[in-house]
Amino acid sequence: MATATALPMFDERERPPREKITACVHCGLCLDKCPTYRLLGTEMDSPRGRIYLIKAVSEGRLAMTPSFVEHMYLCLECRACETACPSGVEFGSLMELARAQIERHVPRPWWQRLLRWLVFDELFPYPWRMEQLCHLLRGYQRLGVQTLVRRLRLLALLPARLRRMEAMLPPVPKRPFTRSVPPWLPARPPRQHRVALFSGCVMNLFFPDVHEATVRVLQANGCEVWVAPQQVCCGALHVHAGEREQAKRLARRNILVFERQEVDAIINNAAGCGAHLKTYGELLADDPDFAERAHHFSAKVQDIAEFLARTPLRGPLAPLRQRVAYDDPCHLLHAQRIGEQPRRLLRQIPELELVPVTDADFCCGAAGIYNLTHPEVSQRLLEQKIAHLVAAKPDVVATGNVGCILQLQAGMQQAGLAIPVVHPVTLLARAYEAAGTG
Amino acid sequence: MDKARLVSELAAIVPAPIVTAPEELLVYECDGNTLDKAQPDVVVFPTTSEQVAAIVRLANQYQVPFVARGAGTGLSGGALALHGGIIIEMCRMNKIWEVDYVNQRAVVGPGLVNLHLSLAVADAGYFYAPDPSSQGSCTIGGNVAENSGGPHTLKYGVTTNHVLGLEVVLPNGDLVHFGGATLDTPGYDLTGLFVGSEGTFGIATKVTVQLLRKPEAVKTILAAFATVADASNAVSGIIGAGLIPGALEMMDHLTIQAVEAFTGAGLPLDAGAVLLIELDGIAEGMEEDAARVVAICQQHGCRQVRVAKDEAERALLWKGRKQAFGAMGRLSPNYYTHDGVIPRTRLPEALERIQAIGKKYGLRIANVFHAGDGNLHPLVLYDERNPEEVTRVMQAGEEILRTCVELGGALTGEHGIGMEKRDCMPWLFTEDDLEIMHRVRQVFNPHQLCNPGKVSTPARQVPLWRGDP
Ligand SMILES: Cc1cc2nc3c(=O)[nH]c(=O)nc-3n(C[C@H](O)[C@H](O)[C@H](O)COP(=O)(O)OP(=O)(O)OC[C@H]3O[C@@H](n4cnc5c(N)ncnc54)[C@H](O)[C@@H]3O)c2cc1C
Ligand code: SF4
Ligand code: SF4
Repeated sequence: MATATALPMFDERERPPREKITACVHCGLCLDKCPTYRLLGTEMDSPRGRIYLIKAVSEGRLAMTPSFVEHMYLCLECRACETACPSGVEFGSLMELARAQIERHVPRPWWQRLLRWLVFDELFPYPWRMEQLCHLLRGYQRLGVQTLVRRLRLLALLPARLRRMEAMLPPVPKRPFTRSVPPWLPARPPRQHRVALFSGCVMNLFFPDVHEATVRVLQANGCEVWVAPQQVCCGALHVHAGEREQAKRLARRNILVFERQEVDAIINNAAGCGAHLKTYGELLADDPDFAERAHHFSAKVQDIAEFLARTPLRGPLAPLRQRVAYDDPCHLLHAQRIGEQPRRLLRQIPELELVPVTDADFCCGAAGIYNLTHPEVSQRLLEQKIAHLVAAKPDVVATGNVGCILQLQAGMQQAGLAIPVVHPVTLLARAYEAAGTG
Repeated sequence: MDKARLVSELAAIVPAPIVTAPEELLVYECDGNTLDKAQPDVVVFPTTSEQVAAIVRLANQYQVPFVARGAGTGLSGGALALHGGIIIEMCRMNKIWEVDYVNQRAVVGPGLVNLHLSLAVADAGYFYAPDPSSQGSCTIGGNVAENSGGPHTLKYGVTTNHVLGLEVVLPNGDLVHFGGATLDTPGYDLTGLFVGSEGTFGIATKVTVQLLRKPEAVKTILAAFATVADASNAVSGIIGAGLIPGALEMMDHLTIQAVEAFTGAGLPLDAGAVLLIELDGIAEGMEEDAARVVAICQQHGCRQVRVAKDEAERALLWKGRKQAFGAMGRLSPNYYTHDGVIPRTRLPEALERIQAIGKKYGLRIANVFHAGDGNLHPLVLYDERNPEEVTRVMQAGEEILRTCVELGGALTGEHGIGMEKRDCMPWLFTEDDLEIMHRVRQVFNPHQLCNPGKVSTPARQVPLWRGDP
């Protein structure tokens, strides 16, 4: 074994704080709720084991060895352990800090560095570049290239990860949402709220229909909606990958954008973004210029389901005679503790039958880019998930996060099933539309 | 013998992974109790009984100690590889082999999580009665080894009352069957002997358990008292009146603070103690019994009573109780869980003396326990970074256990002796008693390779096994 001193240790910058580590009392009550532990049965891949490893590095008993890094990155950051933990361990935040230490000290191979730099620093922060990439992808899909490539089995030449990505690529729309609507969208009278829509990066480009549904439902419920131009990626991807500095830059940028108008709430419809937007306060706590403002921003962030469920929906909603299986996105249920609200909203659609799903609170394996970095574990979680969903015999599956939607769609496709997977807000919008109010 | 050879021979027996890296072995150095630590040399994850038997035979061949491990929620250091060697992790043997509702039994793998069994049979109207507070994580195999109890032990008994038969790999590698499909089988009750043997008589590879029909009706009552003494008197009052609740649990003031911070169930933060009382059984007469319980509580100065109005409220109240140990992390970086038993009638006296011990050593002690059967769980709060405090914790712990024994009680109610309380055994047993135990153990475990160093000091001292890397 290499000696501990020769290998990297934690430095003092944003060191995982002692109190957060010792909050874990090693009781093990989280074990069975952790998807990786349930799958692998290895203590290193349990919440308790991961914290123990972080603690060992923090105390200088262990260095950031390759195996330490592996176990840290095998974590889905689904935060199911936080919901399960009676001691209130803030696991997500600990893991983000540990990964940031890894990224600072453990060198990656050149091609990974290049890829990470391209994606995290040169692509996601720039909406315009993202849009250009989309045009390329759209060309690939529309000009028959995709069909040709698939027919000629050229994909077999790609590495497995890229193949997976290609298979999951949704049809790329023509224009990003923010550029297809005016910045202000009126409320259906009487007006009750002024809200802003957080459009995000991937959502904005690939899922304008979900944004459209969100806006319609908000409008139908008396909200005037501001679609702020120039907003950027939330940075969730970056913190999960240990890229905290870039994440901070993105956060500051978004705060500046949303400070331009006074709104009651900043609404988002992607659980992964929402969970992260709510932690801007913590992320920028050491920034004298932004700490206070970040806090203010985060306090306003609400998931669409959280916001709408505070009061009964405005009618009329047309009936939808469908069996709906609702699956909890981890970053909605575990990170934001929003589980009841989406179900309450769906139940307000007449004749819609909400069917229970076994282990609905379990990760589907999407977990941000986890399905690309750890395809094997991701695939096994997906297969379990699809089996549970299918057992509920739904007409449609609803889940409030695009990453999960894409993952579940891919799973349905693999299983040869035609069960559609949608955002709950899409179902609400349909009910409004059918009633002539949307 | 060299470790590489052992590992390569293990690899021919079990599927991957085989854990040997030092930074991975590190996480196997303790269980739910972090005061005792010892690292294994290798951890394996068998999936069949035959693999377990083959591992054990290999261990015998090379004279390497081995220890079974379930979920590692044990609180007495039972699953530690005290003398190094192999940890045989059972969690992948978690299959439900057979469920027979007509005869009310199930055959399960030892790695099955306790709660998963009850969940699997719930729709058919059945449950598995032993319900340790750790039931969401701990395994049936661990329960068998520790003869675990839980809040519902008061009425339903401990694990041994629900295990009908076992498939066991003996410490020499033989695969044998104990017991059968009924509670009473001819010959010696070897099942009974095995249950509670803390992993020193071999490794359970299949467990046949009894399933019970879910009670027709359940009533869960939360009663708040100004003092622990009042609550204790109410406990005696309830049992004295001939009522047998399914569960009768107490949480003291400090525990209430931690639990409420976790569940937000609305426990009275100013109460000196609360009782969680659950009546279960047939619906008829339930209301009357509940009214009697409430009346007895009120006679003993109960200030507030709350009856759970639905399953959700019941679940929330139980969640607080069942996860109370873990919730202690909100009050302190570490806690040491004790597990003494005393005659129920001496509860007030015992708790008073425990508080006095806490004062004497300058330590905070929270109490959350199975009041109905006098099974105490004093939780001593501390910070492991302060070695002087740790010493005081150990001294206080010893004094608490001595107090239990003095009051006519025992060293452990359900968490086992393990290595933690091994050296306290002579307080309770005479030399002759201990000698008999050694001899029984010797029959099962002649070379002391199977979980050495636990429960009693072995007749033959097993050397620390460290293969040359
Ligand atoms: C928060 C908390 C609450 C708890 N509440 C209770 C409670 O209410 N009641 C109670 O009784 N206990 C309780 N415990 C203690 C613990 O959960 C039990 O002792 C449990 O039975 C241990 O199961 P495990 O699977 O975690 O076993 P482990 O800790 O992994 O092992 C315990 C012992 O069992 C042996 N073992 C494991 N599997 C096998 C097998 N297949 N064959 C033979 N031996 C085996 C091990 O060698 C070891 O000696 C609690 C613990 C915690 C952390
Ligand atoms: S993370 Fe929480 S639940 Fe898990 S072992 Fe630590 S304290 Fe217990
Ligand atoms: S975040 Fe999810 S995968 Fe990671 S330790 Fe917690 S429960 Fe396990």
